[in-house]
Amino acid sequence: MAAIEFRDVSFARSPRQRVLDRFSLVVETGDVVALVGRSGAGKSTILKLVNKLLLPDSGRIAVEGQDDWEPIALRRRVGYVLQDVGLFPHMTVAGNVGVVLRLERWEEARAARRIAEVLELVGLQPSEFAARWPDELSGGQRQRVGVARALAVDPPVLLMDEPFGSLDPVTRAELHGEFRRIQSRVGKTVIIVTHDMGEAFALADRIGVIDEGRLVAYDAPATIASSTDPRVRRLLDAMPALDVRRGAKAMAEDDGAGRLRAEGASASLAEARAKE
Amino acid sequence: MTTVVQFWLSHRRELAALLSQHVALVTISTLAAVAIAVPLGIFAAKRPRLAAPLTGIANVVQTIPSLAMFGFLLPVPLVGGVGARAALAVLILYGLLPIVRTTIAGLRGIDPAIREAGIAMGMTERQLLRQVELPLALPSIVAGVRVAAVVGVGSATIAAAIGAGGLGEYIYRGLSMVDTTVILAGAIPAALLALLVDAALLWLERALSPRRRGQRRHLAAAVMTTIAAVVVLTSGVGARRSTGSIVIGSKNFTEQVVLGELLAQTIERVGLPVDRRLNLGGTLICDRALMTGDIDAYVEYTGTALTAVFHQPVGKSPTAVYDTVRDLYARSGRTLLPPLGFNNTFAILVRGRDARTLNLRTIDDAVPQARRWRAGFGYEFLERPDGFPGLARTYGLRFADAPHVMDLTLSYRALASGQVDLIAGDATAGLIKGLDLFQLEDNREYFPPYDAAIVARSNTLLKRPEVRAALETLAGRISAADMRAMNYAADVEHRDVRQIVRDFLGKPAM
Repeated sequence: MAAIEFRDVSFARSPRQRVLDRFSLVVETGDVVALVGRSGAGKSTILKLVNKLLLPDSGRIAVEGQDDWEPIALRRRVGYVLQDVGLFPHMTVAGNVGVVLRLERWEEARAARRIAEVLELVGLQPSEFAARWPDELSGGQRQRVGVARALAVDPPVLLMDEPFGSLDPVTRAELHGEFRRIQSRVGKTVIIVTHDMGEAFALADRIGVIDEGRLVAYDAPATIASSTDPRVRRLLDAMPALDVRRGAKAMAEDDGAGRLRAEGASASLAEARAKE
Repeated sequence: MTTVVQFWLSHRRELAALLSQHVALVTISTLAAVAIAVPLGIFAAKRPRLAAPLTGIANVVQTIPSLAMFGFLLPVPLVGGVGARAALAVLILYGLLPIVRTTIAGLRGIDPAIREAGIAMGMTERQLLRQVELPLALPSIVAGVRVAAVVGVGSATIAAAIGAGGLGEYIYRGLSMVDTTVILAGAIPAALLALLVDAALLWLERALSPRRRGQRRHLAAAVMTTIAAVVVLTSGVGARRSTGSIVIGSKNFTEQVVLGELLAQTIERVGLPVDRRLNLGGTLICDRALMTGDIDAYVEYTGTALTAVFHQPVGKSPTAVYDTVRDLYARSGRTLLPPLGFNNTFAILVRGRDARTLNLRTIDDAVPQARRWRAGFGYEFLERPDGFPGLARTYGLRFADAPHVMDLTLSYRALASGQVDLIAGDATAGLIKGLDLFQLEDNREYFPPYDAAIVARSNTLLKRPEVRAALETLAGRISAADMRAMNYAADVEHRDVRQIVRDFLGKPAM
């Protein structure tokens, strides 16, 4: 069973502004899918359709095989990480991470254990960070808290909207490594939205390229890297070569699968560039 | 300043009572405004089409001068009339705007990403509001509450005009006695209270800001609890009104306050509790309060009752006027008791120096001079048929320009200091002597008799015959000289009204 399935989904922001046009996509359970496209291509809309922050004009969206979720119940099974993080400034780190646990009425001791657990998972020492306020964190730390908050109730699906977009390159590379480490432990179904092809190569099992509301390519990174479709090429060419190398290096320090994937991608990319 | 301190020391119990009334008025009205305005603001913040007209209406309400607002509300059932209830209604109306506005601003100012995070986390609309939106908007809301409370401290001084008490009572009393000390005795604590409220709520606003540490938030919660406790305690004080007490009213000038106090002490001397509603706005407010039962008795003047209350033509014979007025009152459930003994007719006053140098004795003597003069009259005198219009016709009186409208009690000072040259005062005013003013003789007998007499609700007198008996002991007991002496003691010697009345009643009855 596919974890998430879009079939012929259309969505318009207004009658004149069509964002998605008969869009279809299947995300398999446990896959990390990166959706790449230019700003305004409709990537964030796709995420918001998954957890019913937006409703489609037509078509069907199923999460875990079910398309008639009650929105509140659905959202508590789908973790969501925003680019601006959206940490609640009036709650401590522990308060932020425990939000959904409180909504789900977890018993306090159990919730406290879980909060410590996910904080450790994202690489933040609970004794040091649990009592801090969001404005006492660096950008990278804030994003880690955002991820911990999304993972707190252990949802099967994780949606990430430009999660690393506002970070400096070094921190971003560091968090890419962290992401792969966490994912190797939790094995979620993840959709990441990004405008940065390099990020997609660094993180995804499959890459979907969105152009003007359509899925124009959807394949393994290596295949995408060698694509000749001009809409894909534009995104590939915009990617600084440096990013790929750094991504590859970070992966090399991490796990073998990542390195292979990244090397494959760089190799295909180099090949593709050579063909031009 | 030392005289103000002396005044406080000699009036400390009254000061404490007025201060606690003031605090109760402001706290209760502000809390009620919060209870109305915050839900209203929340409702409007989510509906932009509603927010604009709502703040528009609140803006208009805000621009109505508070005295006018009290006037508008007088005839309204439930909230109108005189006393603390009407004052609270007005103060609440004033408190709404700033709180509605800052509630809307606070909610609109929340980072959309934060709101989206809450929704995406599976919060219901209620949970989002309670756990995220309200806590984040709270500092902004408290800022609005701060504005409302500080404005409330100021507006509450005006509440004394409708007998709601508070520090404004000193301000009004001081104005009516033309005594800066008494004005300051009310104005200084009111200003200090405003500063204190401002500082306390500013601190609360900062303590509640989301970027503060937890302890301070606990402290803020402690402060709010304290405020709630104070409210509970003071509201007990404010609401306490012994049932069965007789409510005595008076208009807002010295003689009326003295007479009101005289009625009050007379009733207290026979062992009955009295609720004083002195310093009410004017004749019409007193009359309406008597009709509605907000007060049980006050002292009215026959000529005033005839023209201003019953809109009858001016009469000249004192007994005929008294009989007519008594019958008219009797028809509307009110009883006019026998006259107190003095006639407080209008006195056309000029400076004593002018009277001497120009050799003026009667109003006729002054008519030729008046063309170079400016006149200052109270609003009531200017409007009443037995006031300026008739006077001008009878004597052919003309001034250099249209008479200035000024507060009756301020006009004595205005005359003495040369800002105006002729005023219409009360014949029994103590200031006539104190400021060396001269009363021109009404040689054409224009002014009708103004015999002072107690008017009371017939119901009250029937149910409480001992009240009638007590009040009737005052009949014929106060001569014009007595009245002028008491007014002089209050206005010029600045003696305490209660003491003046105590001294007067101490004299053995005739």
